[in-house]
Amino acid sequence: MAPTDRTGSDPRVTEDETAGDHLPPSQAGMSPAAAEVGAAERGEEWAREAERQHWLKSPLATLILQRMGLSVLLLFAVSLLIFVGVEALPGDFAQTYLGQSATPQAVANIREQLGLDRPATARYLEWLGGVLQGDFGNSWASGRSISEQIARRLGNTLMLAGFAALVSIPLAVGLGMVAVLYRNRIPDRLINALSLAAISLPEFFIGYLFILVFAVNWGWVTFPSTVYDGMPFGARLEAILLPGLTLVMVVLAHMMRMTRAAILNVMSSAYIETAQLKGLDAFRIIAKHAAPNAVAPIVNVVALNLAYLVVGVVVVEVVFVYPGMGQYMVDAVTVRDMPVVQACGMIFAAVYILLNMVADIIGIVSNPRLRHPR
Amino acid sequence: MAELLDVKNLRIDATAYPEDGPPEDITIVDGVSFQLGRGRVLGLIGESGAGKSTIGLSALAYGRGGVRITGGEVILDGTDILKLSPRGIRRVRGAKVCYVAQSAAAAFNPAHRLGDQVVEAALRHGVLSREEAHERARYLFDVLGLPDPDTFGKRYPHQVSGGQLQRAMTAMALLPSPDLIVFDEPTTALDVTTQIDVLVAIKRAIEETHTAALYITHDLAVVAQIADDIMVLRHGKTVEYGTTRQILEEPRETYTRELVTVRQVKKEEAPDQSQALLKIDHVNARYANGPLILDDVSMHVPRGQTLAIVGESGSGKSTLARVITGLLPPESGRILFKNEPLPASLPERSRDHLRKIQMIYQMADTAMNPRHTIRQILGRPLTFYFGMHGQEKSRRIQELLDQIELGKGFADRYPAELSGGQKQRVAIARALAAEPELILCDEPTSALDPLVADGILTLLTKLQRETQVSYVFITHDIATVRAIADSVAVMYLGQVVRFGPKSQVLSPPFDDYTDLLLKSVPEMKVGWLEDVLETRRMESGGR
Repeated sequence: MAPTDRTGSDPRVTEDETAGDHLPPSQAGMSPAAAEVGAAERGEEWAREAERQHWLKSPLATLILQRMGLSVLLLFAVSLLIFVGVEALPGDFAQTYLGQSATPQAVANIREQLGLDRPATARYLEWLGGVLQGDFGNSWASGRSISEQIARRLGNTLMLAGFAALVSIPLAVGLGMVAVLYRNRIPDRLINALSLAAISLPEFFIGYLFILVFAVNWGWVTFPSTVYDGMPFGARLEAILLPGLTLVMVVLAHMMRMTRAAILNVMSSAYIETAQLKGLDAFRIIAKHAAPNAVAPIVNVVALNLAYLVVGVVVVEVVFVYPGMGQYMVDAVTVRDMPVVQACGMIFAAVYILLNMVADIIGIVSNPRLRHPR
Repeated sequence: MAELLDVKNLRIDATAYPEDGPPEDITIVDGVSFQLGRGRVLGLIGESGAGKSTIGLSALAYGRGGVRITGGEVILDGTDILKLSPRGIRRVRGAKVCYVAQSAAAAFNPAHRLGDQVVEAALRHGVLSREEAHERARYLFDVLGLPDPDTFGKRYPHQVSGGQLQRAMTAMALLPSPDLIVFDEPTTALDVTTQIDVLVAIKRAIEETHTAALYITHDLAVVAQIADDIMVLRHGKTVEYGTTRQILEEPRETYTRELVTVRQVKKEEAPDQSQALLKIDHVNARYANGPLILDDVSMHVPRGQTLAIVGESGSGKSTLARVITGLLPPESGRILFKNEPLPASLPERSRDHLRKIQMIYQMADTAMNPRHTIRQILGRPLTFYFGMHGQEKSRRIQELLDQIELGKGFADRYPAELSGGQKQRVAIARALAAEPELILCDEPTSALDPLVADGILTLLTKLQRETQVSYVFITHDIATVRAIADSVAVMYLGQVVRFGPKSQVLSPPFDDYTDLLLKSVPEMKVGWLEDVLETRRMESGGR
């Protein structure tokens, strides 16, 4: 209850409210009459207190800021892990680059050129400084700026992921609600069986199946899904249709099943019975009364799958010959092009952390107790 | 004149899933018939399992869980609602018949504002326009005595108190001007001083709107204030059906008489209460950096006797129990056990300290491991405190089961196979197994039916005579205090309002709070609520 509301004129109401609260001792009246007198003073005092408190002090803002701070901290930790991990990798760029017959002198020269003779801490700090300014350094293999190369690749990946997300999220949530509506009846069983089948098939298999059916047999869409600069939007969309749908198949089942489970969990609450006894129709009960209380778990699993769409699409990109981030990273690993591997790792980690942070914040905001404190 | 509601020969089945064997159908309501005229109130009364909620919900053609209405007729305003299509039933629910649940705190959706929820049914059924509905909501909030009727609807359920939520739920039921409201234990979860306000609000609202009501409760004293007629139910069958006055004053059936004259237990107060087993000396306590929960609390438990601590939710009585057990070290003050200071926190206490103070909880269900047999549950303290094994342990378990008046067969059963009262008995036996000098009883009877609770109180009194154990009995129920206490401490907002021998604490002159508390306990007579209201009116008029 809001502090200012404590000045109710009905003494019994005041009494009833205060009984549930723990008051400071100086104001905790022994008798209800005393409590009533105290209530007015208390109300005013708390109103002043509320004014003094900046919005920063609200529990909601505090929680969100904490969560954001945690993400930044996590990102730094991840940058360290990535750097150490890449350092610890066996194999050496100079050795791979020059081949078996390289002289030790030539290898040392290249290492010196790349600055690899300097201590790891100095290189880490230099790299981190660059990353903070959006500069990932130059590729060892091509010598060109990584940031430029990645920008284009990341755009492609985000477009593919965005397309898959736009199709799969509404579909998954909608199907989840339909499954709840027809719980344990034929539509629910059908949705469950099909989504299980989709999740059980490996993505490369689904990908090749789509290519066989839609591109080779029926010739509806083009293959490979290669995109290039200056490609018209329509053509681009057609190119990403098959890889996008493959991704939808991969992430749909997980989100759908979690939506179903989260809503079913809420459906056993007493307030759902209240809604039923108000004579509301089943769909309204699910959409209006159950779903808002299931937001947090659903958003979390959606975020995980979105992150997968960005980070885990290597296989699909390779199958469809799509120039995205995943392929870029795999190529870099084969030639030990460490700055590129680091950059891709950082971006993937950032996407993961960002999406999970957004999910958590939505979860926090969806809680009315935090949004509207007493 | 045709009745509003005519229930004929109602039969309701449920499917039980016994652990051993196939699912079987059991009948939970059998052959119940009653009529209810417009504007009349019928009280359905009985213990848990009597089928009273199930009957109430049948007026909305609703079966909770796997419950099915398998026979009879529920004729509402000339239509048998059991024969309606799902669509037809939806038009009845929330428009012609509304429901008020026991726990409004759970029955309101935490995600939506109270006002939107209160008007929802009326809007969906097209009974009122949005503006009319909100206008009526404001009017009802006012009638029901809710604070700031204009803005009350803007709040979320977690922002108001339990008593206010219960009244908001009543407003929600009244809003579409239904012909009938089913009240399902609407005041059971409330403190007595809050209960009386809600009762007054409900009674006034029923009178003003001329709606009919089914009022379900296990508390005969409460229903006596509201109902015109009463139906007593047991095991799904009608025991007795008559006017309120007849049921209260001339009950015909033995079971009804037992309900009316419950509380056989009457313990005489011990003459000498000066010998203190446990002394609580100026204790202050709080959780983390929160507000002070216990404010300079002092009292003592007389040796071999019972101290009842009475207070409402938020009075700090359970926190005091946590301080005594060492779960919450006090901020300042001391606890003396047999004149020796007791270490403040649990890890500092010796095993012997732990043994001497045992605890019984309100929910025996959650206080026992459901995967342990009664033998394991009782055997654990015997091994832990006394290192008992084999024959010796079995013999002691048998002794304990005898003491709590349960037979040999119980040792190898699981808690889930026991009734509520039997589970509480096992919890008592577990406390006794440690041979304690003090048992803290935290509302041990408040989740039980009156007759069962009476059995538990009788048992506790008997055990005290036999073993000289002292009790700290935490409760919100004045009747329980009268029954078993030697000393009484009344707590309010973390402070001790009154402390002393029962006869002194419960006799005038009273302080304001104790007076209010005692006057709020419903009495089993027709017209009690009116008398209280009259007194209040005169007092406020005199001011």
